[in-house]
Amino acid sequence: MSTTEHSRQSFWRQYIFSVDHKVIGLQYGLTSLSFLLLGFMLMVLMRWQLAYPGEVIPWLTFVVIFILLGLGILLLSGKSRPYLALNSLIFFGIAALIWYFSTGEERLPGGIMLPEFYNQLGAMHGTIMVFLGVVPLAVGAFGNYILPLQIGAPDMAFPRLNMASYWVYFIGGTLMIISFFLPGGAAQSGWTSYSPLADINTGQTMWLVAMLFIIVSSLLGAINFIVTTVQLRAEGMTWFRLPFFVWTQLITAFLLLLAFPSLQIGAIMQLLDRVAGASFFIPAGIIQGGKVLEYSGGGNPLLWQHLFWFLAHPEVYVLILPAIGIITEVVTNNTRKPLWGYPAMVYSLFFIGFMSFLVYAHHMFITGMGTAVTTWFQTTTLIISIPSIIFLAVIVFTLWGGSIRFTTPMLFALAWVPMFGIGGLTGLPLGLAPPDIHLHDTYYVIGHFHYIVAPGSIIAFFAGIYYWFPKICGKKLNDNLGKVHFWGTIIGMNLTFAPMLVQGMAGVSRRLYDGGLGYDHAQPVLFLNEWMTWGAWIIGIFQIFFILNIVLTLRKKSRSEENPWDATTLEWATTSPPIAHGNFITEPFVYHGPYEYNVSVNGQNVPYLPQHKKMDIED
Amino acid sequence: MEIPFTVSERPDTGLTNPKFGIWLFLASEVMLFGSLFSSYIILRTGSLDWPVQSDELNITIGAINTAILIASSLTMVLSWTALKEKQFKRFKLFIGLTILFAVLFLVLKIWLEYIPKIHHGHILSTNTFFAMYYLMTGLHALHILGGVVVMIFFWGPGSKMWQTNPDQFVNRIEVVGLYWHFVDLVWIFLFPTLYLL
Repeated sequence: MSTTEHSRQSFWRQYIFSVDHKVIGLQYGLTSLSFLLLGFMLMVLMRWQLAYPGEVIPWLTFVVIFILLGLGILLLSGKSRPYLALNSLIFFGIAALIWYFSTGEERLPGGIMLPEFYNQLGAMHGTIMVFLGVVPLAVGAFGNYILPLQIGAPDMAFPRLNMASYWVYFIGGTLMIISFFLPGGAAQSGWTSYSPLADINTGQTMWLVAMLFIIVSSLLGAINFIVTTVQLRAEGMTWFRLPFFVWTQLITAFLLLLAFPSLQIGAIMQLLDRVAGASFFIPAGIIQGGKVLEYSGGGNPLLWQHLFWFLAHPEVYVLILPAIGIITEVVTNNTRKPLWGYPAMVYSLFFIGFMSFLVYAHHMFITGMGTAVTTWFQTTTLIISIPSIIFLAVIVFTLWGGSIRFTTPMLFALAWVPMFGIGGLTGLPLGLAPPDIHLHDTYYVIGHFHYIVAPGSIIAFFAGIYYWFPKICGKKLNDNLGKVHFWGTIIGMNLTFAPMLVQGMAGVSRRLYDGGLGYDHAQPVLFLNEWMTWGAWIIGIFQIFFILNIVLTLRKKSRSEENPWDATTLEWATTSPPIAHGNFITEPFVYHGPYEYNVSVNGQNVPYLPQHKKMDIED
Repeated sequence: MEIPFTVSERPDTGLTNPKFGIWLFLASEVMLFGSLFSSYIILRTGSLDWPVQSDELNITIGAINTAILIASSLTMVLSWTALKEKQFKRFKLFIGLTILFAVLFLVLKIWLEYIPKIHHGHILSTNTFFAMYYLMTGLHALHILGGVVVMIFFWGPGSKMWQTNPDQFVNRIEVVGLYWHFVDLVWIFLFPTLYLL
């Protein structure tokens, strides 16, 4: 499409129903960050209840804070930036939702949380964070915006399909939020939705319908990413010249493509159990409230767990692999060294992608699968830890001897290394059946996977946002505000998640409405509930610096350089932001690998050699 | 800048974007029906009173429908080869026949199988076998329906592309054909699993 055609496009075509991968990437980014904020607020309400069980929740304070944030954005963006001002709606929306929670007898009567509502918040926190927050941010936002640029493509292979993926995801997310307003409220059977509880619990039907939308969106997106990577690489962009971030997106797309269908089938079956009276997951003679329910029975509740975890384990790698990709880009750029062991990274990635389909039943050790099956899954689980360790080792070896620049994205990347290490190592005892039987369904599990997803994935996404912001907006985020944001976030996250491991080892179960108050064995570690709640507040307060940083940077008139990080990969071979259609002014040709920092050309040291610059490197 | 390889093949992969896309979609469909067949096996082997399936279902209609779908696969290929030989009228005839077979399949399925069974009170809540039967054949029938909609589009308004961009049109029919063969293949597995075994 030529530029003249582009200028004639309407507002709707250009910003709302756009087929440009950059606009769709931004749509994904804004939507998923909003969902992350919403999921975080649901958790803040839960954490209040856990720290101070049965006490009145200061919901009005939360509402006021969000209204003030919204007003702040309105004021700072001023009249000349209507698109920025529109973002205040996100904050007003969350304020309205919290206000809505405080009304009605079935949620927070008198400001005190009901157990049923606590369950709703728990299920929705998990669902929103995983399926509507982290995955769309990792794949939809970063993948959409960065991947075509890094391979030198004019757009995604199927632009209209790309738009469809976003809008199907948007409908799924909207349905999830709507479910709070339905009679009976939102789903309350946990994000894992185990049958037969989820078959008879209220709120589950809407959850399943929304999930079907989200799954379809992921499948369409996955096809698009794979075809784009394989077919649209620029000339000279051979497989081993791909930036590692592209590799992670490619493997992630394969995981989404092949793992999600099993949850699709599971969701359809659970939906039919609920609306058509089928008994796929319901055994005979199930009793609810003292009455035998009228089901034919003959179903298998464990089948749900198999279908669910066949998706949900590869899903864990969907959460972390793009994060590893971002970290690799940031680390190589800021150590000014080539990636140490690029082929090892790529082969590990293939291996981890393949193995992720063979470990899923380590989530089911306490279901009594039998020792042979258990042995198989704990063996594969230990094997799959090897490639993760290779990733960490390669990143550490890349740091070794480098002249490290401590930029804001690099701070996040450096913190990611030990955080992901803790997350991974705390997972090992869960992968072995004997310790898992003790730790299963305790706060230890919660601590473990939050270390993977929060200081693991989300910290990496922050690194990515700080790193690529100059590419997307042409302006660099403020370093001082960024550093404040970094330290607050990392301290808050550790204060929140480390005590979970301690509580879990003491045997405190997850999903308890009172945080363990009613249990003798929980008494010695009960004080940690308050610490974790403080941690959550610290995380929350320091995100204000992040939001402020973005708004203030967008207000700035001065633009940063085209390539402020002196980076080598192709996304920096075009203008910042890239031109609307086609990305590149001249079609790029690739001559080098992705990380040629401080190489020698004609006997002289070249600090960085962009992939599209033709020069002969000497060994 | 145009998106490359929408019509022509990329030299090093030998594929056009849509053709690679449909293969990936089919890979995901394999996992979809794979999960379904696995669930069927788990539910059936775990059941104490699974009915004798051939007593519950009409093998004759199932066999006729199998023949119809195999015939439709043949006409689908013929419509594509007709386009390759630049015989547009022959293409219209064969894709029309494919649509006809597909609709016939759905009519037999609904009027002679689903409706009489529902009248007999055999529905999803009757037992797990019928729940599985309706789910598996229903999901397959939805795939047939999706194929019919797409083929009607290419038989009617979509065929205008033959005048403007014949190469892309041939590619599109090939992609539809790949999908259609897959849907037929699923039935080839469904028929013995549900009616005979």
